[in-house]
Amino acid sequence: MRSSIKGLLFAGLLGAASLGLAVPAAAGPTLDAIKARGVIKVGVGTAPGFFSPDSNGRWQGFFVDIGRALAIAVFNDPEKVQFVSASPQQRLPALQSGEFDILLSAVTQTAVRSSKLGFHFGPVVFYDGQGLLVPKKLGVNKGSELNGATVCVQTGTTGELNIADFFRQNKATFKPVVIEETAEFRKAFTSGRCDVLTQDASDLAIARTQLPSPNDYVLLPERISKEPLAPAIRYGDDQWLEIVNWVVYATIQAEEFGITQANADEFLKSDNPSIRRFLGVDPVIGEAFKLDPKVFHTIVKTLGNYGEIFERHIGKATPVGFERGYNQPWTKGGLLYSPPFR
Amino acid sequence: MSADAALAGRLAPPRHWRAWRDGLFGSPGNALITLACVVLLAWALPPLLRWAVLDAAWTGSADACRAAGGACWAFIGEKLRYILFGLYEPDRHWRPATALVLLLGFAVLAGLPRFWRPGMVPAGAAALGGAVLLLAGLPGGEPVPTDRWGGLPLTLLLAFAGMTGAFPLAVLLALGRRSGMGVVRLACVMVIEVLRGVPLIAVLYVATLLVPLMLPAGVSLDKLLRAQLAIILFVSAYMAEIVRAGLQAVPNGQYEAAKALGLGYWGTMRLVVLPQALRTVIPSLVTLGIGIFQDTTLIVVIGLFDVLNTARSSAADPQWIGFYDEAFGFAALLYLGFSVAASRYSLWLERRLTTTA
Repeated sequence: MRSSIKGLLFAGLLGAASLGLAVPAAAGPTLDAIKARGVIKVGVGTAPGFFSPDSNGRWQGFFVDIGRALAIAVFNDPEKVQFVSASPQQRLPALQSGEFDILLSAVTQTAVRSSKLGFHFGPVVFYDGQGLLVPKKLGVNKGSELNGATVCVQTGTTGELNIADFFRQNKATFKPVVIEETAEFRKAFTSGRCDVLTQDASDLAIARTQLPSPNDYVLLPERISKEPLAPAIRYGDDQWLEIVNWVVYATIQAEEFGITQANADEFLKSDNPSIRRFLGVDPVIGEAFKLDPKVFHTIVKTLGNYGEIFERHIGKATPVGFERGYNQPWTKGGLLYSPPFR
Repeated sequence: MSADAALAGRLAPPRHWRAWRDGLFGSPGNALITLACVVLLAWALPPLLRWAVLDAAWTGSADACRAAGGACWAFIGEKLRYILFGLYEPDRHWRPATALVLLLGFAVLAGLPRFWRPGMVPAGAAALGGAVLLLAGLPGGEPVPTDRWGGLPLTLLLAFAGMTGAFPLAVLLALGRRSGMGVVRLACVMVIEVLRGVPLIAVLYVATLLVPLMLPAGVSLDKLLRAQLAIILFVSAYMAEIVRAGLQAVPNGQYEAAKALGLGYWGTMRLVVLPQALRTVIPSLVTLGIGIFQDTTLIVVIGLFDVLNTARSSAADPQWIGFYDEAFGFAALLYLGFSVAASRYSLWLERRLTTTA
């Protein structure tokens, strides 16, 4: 019943949105609206390292920098972007109603969202998944060594099902301690009621920083569920989707090439034809997108490549302290893979 | 208090310790309650004091704070401007600060009965308009989009504009509900009951998510404006019922006397009925105002940064991660301060109105 009401609401929103989108346009309604407005509207959430305002009221974070990269692509100015805060409950309807042009708020890409709900997803920018946080003194290096462990898990989440599946697959046993309150959840762990805390790994990384002595705990490298976080946009603007796609790919490709904020200018002198095309020395790609030929050079020079953005906001040196994990270029054994820039 | 008792009290003022003793231990029930409270305080206060004062870090970095083990008031010091003014550009904080002073100043003046005269209506509009202009960055500055407005000025603006905007609407709705014309009465009853029948959060969602889809293509209404209109509509329904209570409290003789003097409907209402009706319900209106002030925190669900949301999000800064206790504690103190002031004012006003009536 609930899902059918939700479906109706979305059908209504979609119908109304498609009426609004029926206006003939040169580039596509979203991109036209962005250019007319002179600023990109980006929906974000609130989570340390991913998106949060700093003491000066300026948005900072991993997803925030992707929004700034888009502003460079469209306007050649990282400040031509307006961040709109959106709570998890209303972020998808708000995107549908046109409150922002793109949602960069750690949304998991799923089949239903891409079909029934009417959203396109850009490339996955962050591979998240359910993780396992354990005390170092347990001496455990991977999840399969956790046979017989007591596991704290939050009730009503998919985490409860995932962890049961995980132990069944490993033919191991575990004792679940099911807890409802977030604060109690963390306390149960520190007071020793359970050996393992399980939740989305990015949440666990942040939870870890708030434990009394974070360095006594370690987030195990494996992930027991798939949570690919990707930018989401409305149906109906292919060109805008392609700009989003290739801006994300550009940060990934720059890391693969080894182009960084510091050495971006030196790479302009490179003889490598792929790099010359990428940086716009050979303007063929910029021209194809009808963008400034040097756009990817400007993005890397202003914000850095994927790895630099990652390390600056959520990497090992930050209070969030996240491992790269799957979020490495494929050349280093990760999942980040950019199609060729040609 | 009877007149005799009052007289006796004036002749022989009760000794203070006796009044205290009678109040706290006068009966077994009172003694029990007093003891329970003492035990509760003894249990709760020392750890709270240790956390909030003794072990607290007042200055220094986030790391120094964590090492201290108590409350991190340095965090509030670092984030104070952000919590108060939200995403507003720091070098133009004088604008929201002035808007804040303007709004608070007007609220204080409007609360004093000696200023209750027709001139206050344009003055109120001027104060609200001035605050809006200041926040918008006008005149003589780069315009500031409403999504950067935030913190305490936004909270107060939403509450004040909600109350003042709802007032004329509420009076009309209340009059309509008591009107002899069937259609008007039915329409007013429907508006009031529908708005009172849905939660504010639903009204806000409709204003944020559905209204933009209903507007004709090319027309757009600012999100904050939509939220403000939603709050005004919502408040007006509740206020209308309060005003109706006031109208019903006016004796029929007053209506008849006004008619006998030859006054028409609007004359009767404006000169005879409404002044008496509104005077009776002022304490209820203040109570409603306190409620609305606290209800504005719901705008967090539509992504606006009121003072509670700025406090919450200030603890999501990676440099100052996780000082939620301090952030929420500070916000709670702010709200407590405003609400206690308003309720003391309400008590004072009630006493004053009963003595002058």
